[in-house]
Amino acid sequence: MSRPELIAPPEIYYGDVEATKYTNNTRIQQIQADMTYRALELLNLPPDEPAFLLDIGCGSGLSGEILDEEGYTWVGVDVAPSMLEVALEREVEGDLFLQDIGQGFGFRPGSFDGAISISVLQWLLNAETSHPTSSPPHRLTRFFTTLHSALRNPSRAILQFYPTSDDQIQLITSIAQKAGFGGGVVVDYPNSKKARKVFLCLFVGGGGSQV
Amino acid sequence: MVRLITHNLLACHAKNCTSNNFPLQFKDIEIELREAEFNPDFIRGFLPKLEWKALIDAAKQLGDTSLPSEQPEMIDDEFLKNLHHVLLEIHIEEGAMICPNCQHVYPISNGIPNMLLAEHEIG
Ligand SMILES: [Zn+2]
Repeated sequence: MSRPELIAPPEIYYGDVEATKYTNNTRIQQIQADMTYRALELLNLPPDEPAFLLDIGCGSGLSGEILDEEGYTWVGVDVAPSMLEVALEREVEGDLFLQDIGQGFGFRPGSFDGAISISVLQWLLNAETSHPTSSPPHRLTRFFTTLHSALRNPSRAILQFYPTSDDQIQLITSIAQKAGFGGGVVVDYPNSKKARKVFLCLFVGGGGSQV
Repeated sequence: MVRLITHNLLACHAKNCTSNNFPLQFKDIEIELREAEFNPDFIRGFLPKLEWKALIDAAKQLGDTSLPSEQPEMIDDEFLKNLHHVLLEIHIEEGAMICPNCQHVYPISNGIPNMLLAEHEIG
């Protein structure tokens, strides 16, 4: 099976049919839920302080439902209108935006107490987007720079993604560092081809008091 | 859904639009009121993030005048409840947000603002 990000841009790949299929697939739901809980763990938010979070590439709200259950207030952005429509139908609580993260965010400095992203960044690594003149490094730079500014100091962003090579991890990490982030990569189940999960753990400032 | 909690954080992100690009101006707005769970700690913690004048102006435009024009020094429960309502219970369903600087129009349809930029507007 070919990777979806190699077939078409996300807003085209996730049309009505794929958006519904994706959301109703119990295996995907389970993996998505596991990764969301893991991302929240890595986010390491101070306990008993209700946080305001950004869900980058929120899709149909699979992670958002968990953020709701956990009592977070959140904002979700996604470039696929069909996915956002499914999110509306599922009545998630977060504010939703149709947005291409490669174009950057307009949120004021320090808006969010943290950010998570599940299975999204690999889409930014492909030149084949609906904006052909924008190269992956340019889009990644725009994304990380405006994300860094939108996060409060200190805080963290935890971004799970599917790289195809170590070069991709290297590229993403170096651009994130240039944008001002500290941190690095956490790999869960590194020796399992199927279960292996890569989390980019980015810190603003010290990334939070508890380490 | 877009609510004043996020409108208050949102500036225009078009290319070279870096000053006078906040707050985005509402146009032809339709709203819906939906109850949300009141969490006083969250509201209190959110106070330092707010641009108060922008919030008051936006609330007025949406027909809500329950908040004082200056942030009060004494934070009581009634104030927090009013602020909770303004931030989290007024949903903007249709209309548009317009940048006061570059005039870019961000349409809102079915509660979702379209933040996509045209090729020449990308920074
Ligand atoms: Zn503008």
